[in-house]
Amino acid sequence: MNTGIDLQRSLIEFLTGLGLPFGLAKVIWMLIPMVVIVLGVTVGALACTWLERKISAAMQQRIGPEYAGPFGILLPLADVGKLLIKQDIMPAKADPILFTLGPLLVFISIFLCFLVVPFGEHLLISDLGTGIFFIIAISSISPIGLLMSGYSSNNKYALIGGLRAAAQSISYEIPLALAALAIAMMSNGLSTVDIVNQQAGYGILSWNLWRQPVGFMIFAIAALAECERLPFDLPEADEELVAGYQNEYGGIKFALFYGGSYANLLLAGLLVAILYLGGWELPFPIDTISDFLGISPNAGWWQVIAAALGITMTLLKAYFFIFFAVLLRFTVPRVRIDQLLDLGWKFLLPIGLVNLLLTAALKLTFPFAFGG
Amino acid sequence: MVMIETKAERMVINMGPHHPSMHGVLRLIVTLDGEDVVDCEPVLGYLHRGMEKIAENRTVIQYLPYVTRWDYLATMFTEAITVNAPEKLANVPVPRRASYIRMIMLELSRIASHLLWLGTFMGDIGALSPFFYTFREREMVYDLFEAATGMRMMHNYFRIGGVAADLPYGWVDKCEDFCNYLTPKVDEYEKLITNNPIFRKRVEGLGTIGREEAINWGLSGPMLRGSGVNWDLRKVDHYELYDELDWQVQIETGGDCLARYLVRVKEIRESAKMVLQSLKQLPGGSYENLEAQRVLAGPKSEWTGFDYQFIGKKSSPTFKVPEGEHYVRVEAPKGELGVYLIGEDSIFPWRFKIRPPGFVNLQPLSELVKGTKIADLMAILGSVDIIMGEVDR
Repeated sequence: MNTGIDLQRSLIEFLTGLGLPFGLAKVIWMLIPMVVIVLGVTVGALACTWLERKISAAMQQRIGPEYAGPFGILLPLADVGKLLIKQDIMPAKADPILFTLGPLLVFISIFLCFLVVPFGEHLLISDLGTGIFFIIAISSISPIGLLMSGYSSNNKYALIGGLRAAAQSISYEIPLALAALAIAMMSNGLSTVDIVNQQAGYGILSWNLWRQPVGFMIFAIAALAECERLPFDLPEADEELVAGYQNEYGGIKFALFYGGSYANLLLAGLLVAILYLGGWELPFPIDTISDFLGISPNAGWWQVIAAALGITMTLLKAYFFIFFAVLLRFTVPRVRIDQLLDLGWKFLLPIGLVNLLLTAALKLTFPFAFGG
Repeated sequence: MVMIETKAERMVINMGPHHPSMHGVLRLIVTLDGEDVVDCEPVLGYLHRGMEKIAENRTVIQYLPYVTRWDYLATMFTEAITVNAPEKLANVPVPRRASYIRMIMLELSRIASHLLWLGTFMGDIGALSPFFYTFREREMVYDLFEAATGMRMMHNYFRIGGVAADLPYGWVDKCEDFCNYLTPKVDEYEKLITNNPIFRKRVEGLGTIGREEAINWGLSGPMLRGSGVNWDLRKVDHYELYDELDWQVQIETGGDCLARYLVRVKEIRESAKMVLQSLKQLPGGSYENLEAQRVLAGPKSEWTGFDYQFIGKKSSPTFKVPEGEHYVRVEAPKGELGVYLIGEDSIFPWRFKIRPPGFVNLQPLSELVKGTKIADLMAILGSVDIIMGEVDR
């Protein structure tokens, strides 16, 4: 294991060299990754909205965003600008506290999950030991926010939407967790970094996708349901519930929901990338490149390139999943609530359990291939 | 259906007149028990414009521009029935060429109506893209209408004793191209929709109407044919020259939303086939051909005879609706569109009762949706194919 560049130490040394006390320098250092992640996720979510518009337009023989910047790429910014300057309206009989708290809970819980999402071996805010279960635990707070906003809006559509959101997340959290558990079992740890490291070595062949195909399907379906994307977008089914729990929201609060849902989609994409598609790993081991070019893997500039490649790979894989989700959204009809719950409880849950059992058995039988 | 009763109070929810899937301004007062629909009461009249009363002080020519506002998605049929009623009452003969042009227009209009229905129906159950695909083809139908009539939706094309204008140069070829283009596109829709497992699960066995029930409700059109009743006014009434075409009535025996979907898709194909046949059999052929033959054969030729003369000058602005009363109907895309006309030898009809298919087909809605989920409510309503313009008139 090479030491690499220690950004933290260099920055702190640089700042103390400028005459700042050590404590302040450390605080400034701590802020930087957080701000970078929050900004990065926001930009990523905005990119998702743009992609959704462009891909759906291509699917439906339209042009899509065109005039706001090149290829309409500034349209998401225009959206945000519009939503930010809109009047903040609250229905007369809404519960003001819950009504405000709802979108905040949803937004914050989703953004908190990015705490443990790694873009490289050391490129994450916090390598928590609980890793993947931190994400699953924190992301299950958001349905409470949805329920809150649905309940407090004093609108029947919103109430039904909020209840649907709660029912849906509860039933799909379990298959999601089971699929992740199988991965955790293979990686001998919950840490997201460990999970990716366990998939390193043989490039694309060592990705979990090949060892966990069933788990991958379960995770992908459950992740779509968690993100409330078609065919599982029942909480905001606009043909039935107008807009579900978002009905009474406008302006900044709606922006929180909207941004949150796309950030959630991005998170799902990143999770799929990390758990099944080898995270920041290239389709072939990166050491082969440095060996081939005769570069020392510890060279500073090579480390920067490798990190950049890692981030690119992670994002590419994540956006591949998002692309797939958008394709699906504009292809299939919506399922009904009872069919949705049936799929979750009667199909995905048993399959997830069997998958977990099978993984355990395989791990005992072939410890070399299944992370003994 | 056995329903587990919950102790929670039932929720009365008001859907419409402003709701994304109420197809205009239908209002449903729905009683919900959780996700289950316990009761549903439709409230009509938000688009009532007194269409029947307006007819009572308009001549046919004056009234024709209004009628396309009944069913604004199958406009040719509303014009056809408005013209057919006084025509039949006064025994006005229609030239063969005009009759063929009418059939072409009616079947194109049926295609347009069914295409739009397909898009909105898929939208109602959550699939967004088919709407754009069907609109692409529907636009072409409307381009054809625009070329022939000057208007895309509100054509004002039918006249007593014929149609307002002959088909323009090149129209026949374009229409043929469209029909040949449409069928592969319908195959594409079917590839996307028909065997989609989610779609199947959503519509199969939903909103089932039995054969007897359908007849007792007085349903018509695809609602009736979806329940296995072989009843198509084009075959039953032998109006226009439909008997000269080779075509089949499309029926399905399921009686559910899927059957209604299948009937409509098959009717699109059948209509395209009928348009192609009519174009081939069109007396005098395309307009340019007819004109050439006229010029070549001179003024006394058969090409200036009655069967090829049909321009709207025949219908006088003061055409009198003769004394008498009768009921005339056509097979509109949504079902039986009828007019009960009472004339009193005046230029205005004494009574002009419209029998809109959507209004009658909407009746069983509250029975059909009882015990289903909210999402099913939209699917069933979508499969009925209502246009509030004709329901409320």
